[in-house]
Amino acid sequence: MKTQTYTLNLGPQHPSTHGVLRVVLELDGETCVGSKTHVGYLHRGIEKILEDRTYPQVIPYTDRLDYLAGINNNLVYVQTMEKMMNIEIPERAEYIRVMLAELMRIASHMVGIGIYIMDLGAISAVFYPFIEREKILDMMAHLSGSRMTFNYMRIGGLAHDIHSDFKPELDKFIVEFPRFIEDYHRLIDDNEIFIARTKNVGTITAEKAKSYGLTGPNLRACGVKHDIRKTNPYGIYNRFDFEVPVGEIGDCYDRYVVRMKEVEESFKIIQQAYKELPDGPVMAKVPKLIKPPIGDVYHQTENPKGVLGCYVVSDGTPKPSRVHFRRPSFNNISIFDEIFIGHKIADIIAILASFDFVLGEVDA
Amino acid sequence: MENKINYQEMLTGKFGDKVVINAEKSYEVYANADNSLEVLEFLKAEGLNFLADISSADYKDYFEVVYQLYSFDDPDHLIVKVKLTHDNPQVTSLTSLWATADWLEREVYDLMGITFINHPNLERILTWEGFEGHPLRKDFVSKSGRK
Repeated sequence: MKTQTYTLNLGPQHPSTHGVLRVVLELDGETCVGSKTHVGYLHRGIEKILEDRTYPQVIPYTDRLDYLAGINNNLVYVQTMEKMMNIEIPERAEYIRVMLAELMRIASHMVGIGIYIMDLGAISAVFYPFIEREKILDMMAHLSGSRMTFNYMRIGGLAHDIHSDFKPELDKFIVEFPRFIEDYHRLIDDNEIFIARTKNVGTITAEKAKSYGLTGPNLRACGVKHDIRKTNPYGIYNRFDFEVPVGEIGDCYDRYVVRMKEVEESFKIIQQAYKELPDGPVMAKVPKLIKPPIGDVYHQTENPKGVLGCYVVSDGTPKPSRVHFRRPSFNNISIFDEIFIGHKIADIIAILASFDFVLGEVDA
Repeated sequence: MENKINYQEMLTGKFGDKVVINAEKSYEVYANADNSLEVLEFLKAEGLNFLADISSADYKDYFEVVYQLYSFDDPDHLIVKVKLTHDNPQVTSLTSLWATADWLEREVYDLMGITFINHPNLERILTWEGFEGHPLRKDFVSKSGRK
């Protein structure tokens, strides 16, 4: 019988592409035989805009890269600038930064896991993590005035100290969160449908993951123990006791397992930082007009999605000559064209969801 | 952060004066457009197996392509820079060494207009086909007239 392949255009306006991602699939029946990923629908030219902003004005733009984890994006930029200008920041600011960064990591993973499992058909599974995320966003909104675009960090510290209600809110979260972890494991881990949809689907070998520059949970699911917080510790991360969870074969199920374990590790870090939180100022002495010396600096941190890098070139004026971000989701999804081949459409949706990428970051 | 291995010494031993050492920064070297592929291949074999980023900068007189090399196992870090002229900004593609170079180089090509020789699919990635110019160049003027 004569058969022929056909083309299916997935996205850019489709709920399961998590934003404006477009994948052109070449299908033979229901099986993918070719794929081409198109990005750029959300390109705002942030790197060009930043050439016309002063150094402190860059911070709010970073919130809009990975908009599910704005604090972590603030962090990489302010730390790059502190490295460039040799600024030591106060202890209290360091501890608050770690606490907030890990809270945002939990919030981001809550979206990653929830939406992932919702895409596989389990609608109720999205609401439990979103309840926890909502608590964190409420805390952050109370602290910074915004739910997602915080603009809370400054070059040299923080915009202001945490307010008096923050501690009770965090106490409440610390008491309630372990219960969620327990419940959610019971709800998902042994679910037959979830296992059937994800085990041995979208398997990636460690070699291939390294070659494609995968980072974050997607890399660790392949069994590579790589976490910038351990290999190149930044800030005060070397003071905390936490593990780097890894998966075994790098399939969709492992990506879920690694994210869930990572959430627990972040929770451990938050508790340690909270216990040791010192008193003192939250802002170092920084000149009013920030004019870094001529030169360039690259710095990278572990974002919820992977390794976020920031490259800044200064020409000695109050405006940066060049700001570039290494966005983890951009590198992560470049592997799609290769791993989609041989999978059925339903599996492709599972792979897309398991990667937990953010288009704001991919397209910059 | 000091590297465990002195890559600068290692590179001078292997490539002689074809690789220029940055005396101020122990983690930075300059290769040139002719030997960048060899240099990076050598460094990859020596353990710097994580190509974190390819970025570029326009210094008006020349371009710089900046490779950030890390390792998946060690804290080592090395920056390899390649200077390119404005008239002929061309450098060899790294797609034969790392698959991630594909998209990273397409981004540099799209926004800065640097051509990567032997790249399998050098197309625009963030802007659309038919877009004119390369926005991150300092002499780029957008249609609205904004610099």
